[in-house]
Order: sequence, then structure tokens, then C-alpha cells
Amino acid sequence: MKTYEKIIEKLILICAVTATISVALITLFIFKSGLPVLADYGVFNFIFGTTWSPTNGSYGIFPLIAGTLSVTLGALVIGIPTGIACAVFLAEILPKRWAKAFKSAIELLAGIPSVVYGFFGLVVLVPAIRNFVLPIYKIFHPDASATGFSILAGAVILAIMILPTIVSISENSIAAVPREYKEASLALGANKMETIVRILIPAAKSGILSSIILGMGRAIGETMAVLLITGNMAKVPNGILDPVATLTGTIAMEMGYASPTHQQALFAVGIILFIIIMLLNIFAQLSMRGMGGSTR
Amino acid sequence: METKFEIEKLNLYYGTFQALKEIDMSIYGNKITALIGPSGCGKSTFLRTLNRMNDLIQGVKIDGLIKFDNQDIYGKDYDLIELRKKVGMVFQKPNPFPKTIYENIVYGPKIHGEKNKSTLDHIVERTLKEVALWEEVKDRLHKPALGLSGGQQQRLCIARCLAVEPEVILMDEPTSALDPVATSKIEGLLEELAVKYTIVIVTHNMQQAGRVSDYTSFFLNGKVIETDKTEVIFSNPANKKTEDYITGRFG
Repeated sequence: MKTYEKIIEKLILICAVTATISVALITLFIFKSGLPVLADYGVFNFIFGTTWSPTNGSYGIFPLIAGTLSVTLGALVIGIPTGIACAVFLAEILPKRWAKAFKSAIELLAGIPSVVYGFFGLVVLVPAIRNFVLPIYKIFHPDASATGFSILAGAVILAIMILPTIVSISENSIAAVPREYKEASLALGANKMETIVRILIPAAKSGILSSIILGMGRAIGETMAVLLITGNMAKVPNGILDPVATLTGTIAMEMGYASPTHQQALFAVGIILFIIIMLLNIFAQLSMRGMGGSTR
Repeated sequence: METKFEIEKLNLYYGTFQALKEIDMSIYGNKITALIGPSGCGKSTFLRTLNRMNDLIQGVKIDGLIKFDNQDIYGKDYDLIELRKKVGMVFQKPNPFPKTIYENIVYGPKIHGEKNKSTLDHIVERTLKEVALWEEVKDRLHKPALGLSGGQQQRLCIARCLAVEPEVILMDEPTSALDPVATSKIEGLLEELAVKYTIVIVTHNMQQAGRVSDYTSFFLNGKVIETDKTEVIFSNPANKKTEDYITGRFG
């Protein structure tokens, strides 16, 4: 029995170590492949250069960063209010039985492959923007033209994709607010809305905040859906109907035919992406820890 | 003597379970009424019908009449917000909001439209003095309320309740989560508060009921067995069951 247990223990240890080592190796590999280009080209030129033209040897990824940030920001602008409203609705307004069904439906959104989202965006959203949003936009900017492949399309699709994360974590943290707070507020003559806005949401704010950060991480890392609908033009955008290329989309599209230096540059893009997402994860974990500390 | 609440033939059901049966009672202004009885006898449920907190629980059905200042509080046009403003509540477990001491107290007044900073400051000082907490916390009004001790938290909750200027305060075993020192502080407070407010207190502790209340009502299995002046209930109860409970023969 003893040796049997020891063997199991060793096996588990090996599994754990393998997982950790894989992450370490991937990190090492990305940095090893990308760093030479960063060193040659200069970190500053690389990050703030405004021309991404690998065939001519220009590796300025600022347009890509702008693309990723604008699409992500757009997704958050749409996704945060919708997600929090949805979480409040599920936790506080809808009867429990229905809330369960709704919540599983929303969580199901997380299981849809991202290429399907992209395809949906391509056949529904992009034409819709071209046919319905552009005419409205033209009232203010008469000479505007757009194909529909745009920041807006990417933002809307990403907003839908991050909803499950925001809704389910926010809902959990709103539902975890002690019932006593709610009762105290109502007993003071506050109505339901006042109680939600002034007591429940503030008491759940750390959970809501970490849901947003995790959603943001997902939005930044998303590749396929965004690739299909943002137009992939590595130019700094001027408006929400402009096409953009994102960090992830560019890596996915260009890796196949890249020359050696170009390939290294793409790895360097990976490094930047890696650092951004790492920072976000650290933020998320800090804010989750804050949640444990602040409730009592 | 002014009658604050007049309750007639009150029945309350949780689904099919009848928790309160044919309750008739009067609650008098500026008096302390204690509700005693064994666990599960319906005294807390009854207390929560007086500010309609039972409305929150799904499947609760009520019939009968509860009049507050001669108005039927379950009547169609009765303003629930107004009721909860006039009938405040202090809960069993101290439940200050996870905000600062100051914000806890001004929460109610702000909800009801008070915006003036100096008025709010004044309310904070007045209510904290009323609950004898002012000296202890005046230097840390903007610190989290959850940093206070249990007894201080409960007094803060009473202050928070006073801040909306209620006429009646309902207390649901307000000292059961507190140590003896904090308990005696709150008991001392009740007497002073009764000068201005009407108090209804649920308690498990019969000595407490005897010490602080003017009237006592004995609940058993969802019924009111007996209501009378506290000294009568404790010295010369009319009902045998009351006597058995008071003398500790069951409960």
C-alpha cells in the first residue's frame, strides 16, 4: 500500500511539474525568439513606431496596439454596463428558478467557438454596419466611407464574448452580499433600486472589478473572431468605423509566410501581448484578494 | 395612552404552514413592549409584519388587520416607504453597511432626500449621542463601521435607525449576539429611547424582558397566550402556560 501511494504521489508530482515547465518553456521560447528583434530595432521604435510594414523592414507595432486597445475598450464600453445590469437582474430581480435557466444560457455563450462568433459577425454584423450604421454616421461626416469591417464590429462581437465572464462572476459576488445589508437598507425605507445601486453593487465591487479585468483579458487575447471582422489594416484608426489590425490577429495571419526577421518581429509582438495579459492577471488577482479583505 | 399599533385577527402563512394564528394586540406609544416565547413561536415573524419585512419572503400570505396610527398598513394605498421610515428596525446580528460610520448613519436621510451637509453632520452627532456612541467614535467617523466592536456596531445600527426619525423601533433580539457588558449598555439605552420612541423588542431572555419592558406579550405556537403589564406577567400571570414558561418549566 505504501509503495503504491508513493508511486501515485510521484506521478502527480510529475504532472504538476510538466504543466509548470511547459509554461516556463513557452515563455522562454517566446522571449528567446522575439528579443533579438527588439534589441536590433529598439524597444521604443518597436512599440511606438507607426508603420507596420514587415516586407519593407518596418516593425512599428503602434497601430496594432491601437487596434487591440480600441477594440477592447469598445467591448468594455458595451459589455460592462450590459454585463452588470444582467448580473443584477439575475441576482436580484428574476425569480430564482428563472435566474438559473438564464444564467446557464449565458454561460453557454462561453462554449461557442470563437470562429463561429467571427462568422456571425462577418455575415450579420459587418453588412449591418455598412447598411445601417454608416448612413447615420454620414449625417455628421458626409464624406465618410466604410466597408463595415471596423472597430465597432469587433467591439460588439467581443462584448458578447466577454458577457459570460462578467455576468457570471458579478452575479456570484452580488448574490454573496449578506442578506442583512439588503434588509437593513429596505428597513430604512430604501426601495429596491436604491438598495441595489447604493448597497449591493458597492458591496460586490471587488468581484465586479475582477470580472471586468478577466473579461478584458479575454478580449485582448481573442484572435479568430476579431480577425474575421476588423478588416486587418495596420493603421492608427480615426473613428469607430475604421478598420484595424490587432496584435493577435496579425500574428495569426502573418506567421505562415513570414521571413525569419519578420517571424522574430511577430514573436516580439507576442512578448508585448504576454506582458499586457500578465499585468491584467496580476490586477485581477489583487482585486480578488481585496474582496476577501473588504467584506469583513 | 396612545395606541400605536392595533392588531386584529392577524393570520400569517408560510405556504401551507400557519405561523401566526388569530393575533389580537395593542401596542402603546412611548412604551416598551417585549415579545417573549420559545424558539419558533412566531414572535420574530410577528415583529416583521409590523414594518412589512415579511413581504420579502416568497410565499407569505397574511390576513387580518394591522393598523398603525389608525391606518391599515396592508391597505392598497398605504405607502410602504413611509411605513418603513416611521417604523425602524434593529436586527439580531449587528449589520452595519460595509461603509464608514458616517455613511452608515446618513444613508437613510440621504435616501429620503436630505442633501445639506451641515444637516447631515448634525444628524450624525445627534443620533450617535442618543445611543451613547459619540464619545467613542467622534474621532473616527470616516473609518469603516466594520472595525467597531459588536456592541458598538449594534448601537451604530440603532443610531442609523434613529437617523430617519422613526416613531417606532422594532428590535429583533438585539442583544443575543452581544456580550453582557454590551447588552447592559443597550438595555440602559432602551429606557432613554422610550421617552421619544415606541419600542417593540423580541427577546429570548426573560430577565431582559422583565428588566426593560412596560408590557410583555407571551407567544406560543403562533398564538398570543397573554399580554399584560410586565410586572403582572412576571408576578401574577393569568394563564397557566405563561406561568410555566416564566418559571422555566419548558421553553
